[in-house]
Amino acid sequence: MHFEADSVVPLYQQIATQFEAGILSGAFAEGEQIPSTTMVAHNYQLNPATVLKGMNLLVDAGLIEKRRGIGMFVRAGAQAQLQQQAQADFYQQRVVALVQAAKQLGMTQADLQAAIEKGWGHVGD
Amino acid sequence: MLEIKGIEKKYRFKPVLTGVEMTIQPQRIYGLLGRNGVGKSTLLKVITNRARPAAGTITLDGESVFENEHAQNRLYLMSDARLFNQDTKLKVLIKWVDQLYGGFDYALAEKLAHQFKLDLKKSKLRKLSTGYQTIANVIIALCVPCDYIFLDEPVLGLDANHREMFYQALLATYAMRPRTFVIATHLIEEVAGLLNDVFVLEHGRVALAENVEQLQQRGRVVSGPAALVEDYLQGIETLRTVRLGGMLTAYTLDTPLERPLPSGVSLDGMNLQQLFIEFTREEGEGDEV
Repeated sequence: MHFEADSVVPLYQQIATQFEAGILSGAFAEGEQIPSTTMVAHNYQLNPATVLKGMNLLVDAGLIEKRRGIGMFVRAGAQAQLQQQAQADFYQQRVVALVQAAKQLGMTQADLQAAIEKGWGHVGD
Repeated sequence: MLEIKGIEKKYRFKPVLTGVEMTIQPQRIYGLLGRNGVGKSTLLKVITNRARPAAGTITLDGESVFENEHAQNRLYLMSDARLFNQDTKLKVLIKWVDQLYGGFDYALAEKLAHQFKLDLKKSKLRKLSTGYQTIANVIIALCVPCDYIFLDEPVLGLDANHREMFYQALLATYAMRPRTFVIATHLIEEVAGLLNDVFVLEHGRVALAENVEQLQQRGRVVSGPAALVEDYLQGIETLRTVRLGGMLTAYTLDTPLERPLPSGVSLDGMNLQQLFIEFTREEGEGDEV
């Protein structure tokens, strides 16, 4: 995890995003416990209230759950939920931008499709 | 809650504090920032009854803290240990602090001393390096049972590793026993993530008192073609503007985020340190030499 103090994105939001990335990649598996607020605060020298605020975003989104006296756990289905969201974001942020950029360059739909096919074959997994 | 009202203090006939107003809540971590010589240490000494103000009141949960042993027992100023005989062994010094404040956390002190490789039994303050004197003072400050801990330059002379260890120790003890810390420091970038709120002392007063998160949301660097930047920031107060040819860079705490950003104008974040530098910049500083 890495946090940027001069980012326009508030720290608590950065914390939520980083945990989401961890859940999405499977680093924090469903049903498993995630590091405590205290531990994250300690490791990254952040105010515990900031960390808690970020974690609460994940609780509100239904990605993690608090188990009283034990800690926070990744909920079942959290990874699939994030994957769905990431795919929706992919269309919104990447595909729309890609089409716009292609149009600005005077490319046709066929040109863009050809370019995608070329890229698809060249880029390894 | 600690309420500070209208504090004035002169130092050698020169006014240092000219009406300081602050409200310090329980169980929060505050940064006390200010340029050199602005009176941060003086203010901390006034709060902890080490210096007498010319005017003003300070109350702790409604009770005046001046000459009030009961209230003062709940406040601790880190540099207190300097008041003690410098030839005393740390072990003895800690015993004195324990007698004054009661409830000293010996186990934590041992643990921290071990982490920092400081021998509490044999070391004397006078014989320690600047860094280790700070470490000794900081360890004591983290182990007293007081509700409000004032740390005056708690990382003075500490190397980067020791500074990180200190921030982590502070958070660990804060998690175990939440209490208020007021940290006066110049290493703003390092403490920014630790703080709930910040006070900026300037010209003898608190010029800025705000939640760090909100402050960082408000603070922006706006840059682009001068006409567009000026248009975007119309009627908005700026901390500073820098013109380079036809380009203008403006630093502001009141970014009108609701206005549409003209294309060609960029909006970047400002970290706490940049924000502090622009906020407290004096006339002529930053000019070309």
